[in-house]
Amino acid sequence: MDLSAINPVLLLASLMVAATPILLGGIGELVVEKSGVLNLGVEGMMITGAIAGFAATIETGSPALGFLIAAVAGAALSMLFALLTQYALANQVASGLALTLFGLGLSSLMGQGYVGLKPPSTPKLDIPLLSDIPFLGPVLFQHDPMVYIGIAIVAATWATLKYSRVGLVLRAVGENHDAAHALGYKVRLVRCAAIGFGGAMAGLGGAYLSLVRVPQWTEGMTAGAGWIALALVVFASWKPWRVMVGAYLFGGITVLQLNLQAAGVKIPVEYLSMSPYIITIIVLVIMSSGRGKAALGAPASMGRIFHATG
Amino acid sequence: MIRLEKRAQPSKVWTYATPLLAVVLTMLAGGLLFAALGKDPVLAIRTIFYEPLFGQHASFYLPQLLVKAAPLVLIAIGLSLGFRAGIWNIGAEGQYIIGALCGAGVGLAFYPTESVLIFPLMVIAGGLGGWAWAMIPAILKTRFGTNEILVSLMLVYVAEKLLIGMSLGLMKNPEGFGFPGSRNLAHYPSATSWIDQSLGLHWGVAAALIAVIAAYILLTRHMLGFNIRLAGQAPRAARFSGVNPNRLVVFCLGTSGALAGLAGLFEVAGPTGSVTDSFNVGYGFTAIIVAFLGRLHPVGILLAALLMSLTYIGGGIAQSQSELQLPAAAIQLFQGMLLFFLLATDLLTNYRLRLTRGATA
Repeated sequence: MDLSAINPVLLLASLMVAATPILLGGIGELVVEKSGVLNLGVEGMMITGAIAGFAATIETGSPALGFLIAAVAGAALSMLFALLTQYALANQVASGLALTLFGLGLSSLMGQGYVGLKPPSTPKLDIPLLSDIPFLGPVLFQHDPMVYIGIAIVAATWATLKYSRVGLVLRAVGENHDAAHALGYKVRLVRCAAIGFGGAMAGLGGAYLSLVRVPQWTEGMTAGAGWIALALVVFASWKPWRVMVGAYLFGGITVLQLNLQAAGVKIPVEYLSMSPYIITIIVLVIMSSGRGKAALGAPASMGRIFHATG
Repeated sequence: MIRLEKRAQPSKVWTYATPLLAVVLTMLAGGLLFAALGKDPVLAIRTIFYEPLFGQHASFYLPQLLVKAAPLVLIAIGLSLGFRAGIWNIGAEGQYIIGALCGAGVGLAFYPTESVLIFPLMVIAGGLGGWAWAMIPAILKTRFGTNEILVSLMLVYVAEKLLIGMSLGLMKNPEGFGFPGSRNLAHYPSATSWIDQSLGLHWGVAAALIAVIAAYILLTRHMLGFNIRLAGQAPRAARFSGVNPNRLVVFCLGTSGALAGLAGLFEVAGPTGSVTDSFNVGYGFTAIIVAFLGRLHPVGILLAALLMSLTYIGGGIAQSQSELQLPAAAIQLFQGMLLFFLLATDLLTNYRLRLTRGATA
């Protein structure tokens, strides 16, 4: 074992890359849950975004277009969920699971011709001056644009939820859909929009995996990233900035674990690669054990079916 | 305008009719999907649903039907108990793997001793393994209020890594020329779960039938079954009548874990034979579809599992048949669609559609 082989600069730099997929998936799901809907289909939308973005990039040669298509694909898939839960009034847990199973099947069908291909690389930003700072430069300022777009989306989500009227309506719908309905807000419409946003973000996160992080297409490549994104929302107590903190924490663990593998730690690879999942469980336990602290942040109407009788 | 009116009672007729309607709709949508893939839709549907049952090689496929349905029934029966009570175990795939590892571990430890006691011991180990794996989310939920959906699912990935570790390490066949994977338990007379391979009968099939009957009795004749249904339909009423929610969580997760563990053991000691990194094929997730398609009712689950098993086998035929060559993923998508249509058509069970003229208040 040679721990000195781990370069702290590279470690911290790859942390931001590793965190971005779950950051995007998590912030999308946060908005969905804030509107009072629990969508367990993040994994399915993410992997559909992964293949849609990958295929689009291969066909057009443009990663930017790939990301756009991925967001559209994720949102389109999420509309199936919206249709089921908002209009057919189906159980949200079951519908979310259905979306994940469907997405996994759909993605492996779509991805048949794309196994083993290499996508054109996404250009890295090279900010003059900033990226030349000795330690901080490579860690913070030499990434592809999606890393920063992810952070910008978190900031925008936070500001929208906290300071704008749209955010207020969204939170009202999530806290008490009957009251929001009585006030004349279109509960279904708001929720469908939130679900669509969640789908688009999950799609982006998936595309980031297949276009930047890996970059390749393999079946089932999200490997639970969508579910970790769901756990992230609980971890964050439904607060946008904490989603980012959580994502970097998980990203850090993933990267550290990979680095330990590379450094030849005397633990078999299979056992080391369990760590992100086990850490997720431990974090969930810590968050939920503080006497309903996590439950405090949960939107009151989450998971409940809304049916306007009036 | 179509208006929805909530029914006072779920419709009896639609309760039975929606799964059938969902199957028909899935066939139609599946046909469109196959046509979009450039395959003959009629031939594809016929190959999937007709060929295994009545085709010229039916005698070969029918035993397969039992082999594939058995784990689905075992797992789905367990899941349905929890789903009824609003306890979501979606990590059955992990419990299935751990059951197989524990059971196979016992069998491999005794190799090559022959004794009638070995297989029963393996069964116990398999069941306990699955139970213990499900106890993790159960205890975390009852003790700390942690979400059982996420925990049980995370444990699937942990179990998959453990499976890879075992098949490459501890359980690797010492006479396997360095290839990953354990000794073949199906060739070890004291440890195999096969009763008659040519009929597709193994102990898992028997256990599945017992589980159906036991679950039926539990749900219709036993106080615990009543409490499970009560907790799902009216949690407040359940609390007032003294149902302990924590005990219900432990019971439902434990039972479903043990059943999934058993399913894994019967599979590893028979149809699959050995512990390999590709041992699990997603029965734990397909069983979720089976449980819903069977309306969370034991008999319904039995029928739904047979249907789902049919799509696996028919899908396999359609995959290998030269004029179709349907991709395996198409079948997975097909199964996912089934759950979608089922959830959508369920609207008719709980609501009445009313046509109203013009705008209503």
